[in-house]
Amino acid sequence: MAKVASERLRARKLLLDALNTPETLPALSLADWELLLRVARRARVLGRLESALDHAGLLGDIPPRAAAHLRAARNVIAHRKTLISWEVNRLLWALKGIDAPLILLKGTAYLLADLPPAQGRIFADVDLLVPEELIVEIEERLVKRGWFKTEIDPYDDRYYRVWMHEIPPIRHQERGTEIDIHHRLLPKTSHLASDPAPLFAAARPLADPRLRVLAPADMILHALVHLFLEGDPDEGLRLRDLVDVHDLLCHHGQEPGFWASLVPRARALGFQRPLFYGLHHAQRLLGTPIPPDVLRDLEDAAPAWPISKLMNRLIPLALLPGHPDHPSRQAALARWLIYVRAHWLRMPPGLLVKHLSHKAWLRVRGFRKRVDLAQLDLKQQ
Amino acid sequence: MNVGDLSRRETGERLAGEGLPLQFGPFNLSVRSDLDSFAAYAHQLYEPYPLPDTTAICDFHVQISAPRGLRRWLRRQACFGVDGQFPFAPYTVEHAFPALEWGINWCVATRAHHLLLLHSAVVERNGRAILFPASPGDGKSTLCTALVHSGWRLLSDEFGLVRPEDGMLLPIPRLIPLKNESIEVIRRFRPEAVIGPPFLKTRKGTVAHVRPPLDSIRRGQEPARPRWLIFPRWVANAPLRLESMPRSQAFLMVATNAFNYEVLDEAAFRLVADVVRACDCYSLVYSDLNEAIPALDELSNAMDG
Repeated sequence: MAKVASERLRARKLLLDALNTPETLPALSLADWELLLRVARRARVLGRLESALDHAGLLGDIPPRAAAHLRAARNVIAHRKTLISWEVNRLLWALKGIDAPLILLKGTAYLLADLPPAQGRIFADVDLLVPEELIVEIEERLVKRGWFKTEIDPYDDRYYRVWMHEIPPIRHQERGTEIDIHHRLLPKTSHLASDPAPLFAAARPLADPRLRVLAPADMILHALVHLFLEGDPDEGLRLRDLVDVHDLLCHHGQEPGFWASLVPRARALGFQRPLFYGLHHAQRLLGTPIPPDVLRDLEDAAPAWPISKLMNRLIPLALLPGHPDHPSRQAALARWLIYVRAHWLRMPPGLLVKHLSHKAWLRVRGFRKRVDLAQLDLKQQ
Repeated sequence: MNVGDLSRRETGERLAGEGLPLQFGPFNLSVRSDLDSFAAYAHQLYEPYPLPDTTAICDFHVQISAPRGLRRWLRRQACFGVDGQFPFAPYTVEHAFPALEWGINWCVATRAHHLLLLHSAVVERNGRAILFPASPGDGKSTLCTALVHSGWRLLSDEFGLVRPEDGMLLPIPRLIPLKNESIEVIRRFRPEAVIGPPFLKTRKGTVAHVRPPLDSIRRGQEPARPRWLIFPRWVANAPLRLESMPRSQAFLMVATNAFNYEVLDEAAFRLVADVVRACDCYSLVYSDLNEAIPALDELSNAMDG
């Protein structure tokens, strides 16, 4: 038992040390590299380690087998970046004439605005924020120009359209990239306010004026809202999102006035609690430099004592990927609790019970997302 | 040290414990399984495969095990896992061995993007390699199995691993899964071939694994230079036809058939172009291995003058 506990600690320390002090990686033993590669793959930060080592000029100083894994991650990331940039290019073509500001969100924004988190980050899909009144027009135009609405069951479609902050994903007929179109940052049903108007007002244009990204503080707040409110019961909280926040804070923190405006903006948007958790855990796990007065300012955003104590334990458990050979029940429970909490904040209790029981029913009936291995064409991966 | 240097019991203990380390060409694997039947097959079929150095980094940690929780008692099943994740639906326990072999392919195809992964069988003689890019059902595994039992060395029956640094082909001499009629064809063609037990009614029909000749396994770290690109197609009763093919056509067929051509982008374009330039390109229609093999031998003999 003691051995398992120390193995889990080792996995956690390897990952955090690699993120915080990548310059020490060349000193790792082969056994440590092996575990780090597995944990970093699970946390989706292999590309980040590659890019950090590349910047430090240390890629030649690590074991060739580890370097091969990192190069593979780098190649996939470069490919995804090409796909995402091209998809945005095609979106601009397809939406020509529709006078709507397209706000790029998350990875798409980091990439197109050339922000530090884009370095070594894996990109899944294109995320957009557009005014709600234009959603129908945009969706129709895209469908006319070669995209299609991904097929989902009627329950999920209704779930998206009536309650959510985004519409069901759409995808081009020939390209695989998924496009998520949002009209606000949080579900309509959420306890937290999510009026998107102030976000549009503060958004910053990119070189192509039709494209915008959220203002620095809003971008960080969105990353945190996404991190803490869009959990997955199996995957837990995405460490990758917290790393993005760390990078953004380090980057924008240099700008005059940024820190003074962050907390007031969070309060204005109703996101002070996610900001509190985010700053606290970014500092604790990733050593993010945060001015002490900012943290003092946010003290009243902390939850009451028993809850804060509990969340302090749950969040790191749900954020860190754990040891691949020694999954911990405690971490699984933490992930589940955080997931339920996120849903609690996303919808009122009656709806929550209905929604979760529908999901549980699907599980019982065996509608799992798992794929049949033999039927899968290797090339489709 | 090879798997064969371990006793049947030691193999089982490693599989059930910290994992049985295996080296397949450029990849080190750790295989775990709590299934007795799997341990027996692994001990038999992996016998000549080398174990990597004890300190070497292991690339893929795979396992084939009984499902966790209640399902374990409902039906006897086997789940393929990698790094503690179980991304796929379970198999019946009888198919655990082919499932693991297939899962390893999946790991290579989805993770080894530091290499260009052509979808191709590869064999070598005198340092020169033939690539057989083909789609399932074209008989590339059968042809490749016959060749490696006729003086050619197996690099792979599935992956043309191209090293971007120098365009060399890396061997990954794994077991060759033969399907359905092919199994009997090879039994008749080379009765001495080592063929594992047939697994009936898998999702691909009956599957049996051929163990590559020892020489191919021993030379698992020795790359080869591409020399011929041959697109095979098995057609019942067809007379042998080996016809040269324009390089432009070969280029398109190789590129569109690769596992990660898009991922490697410009590098992939250059590498495929280099492979095609280095190769004489042919299409091959055959119905009889006894005609096809001498025709391919002839290509190689002509080079040696």
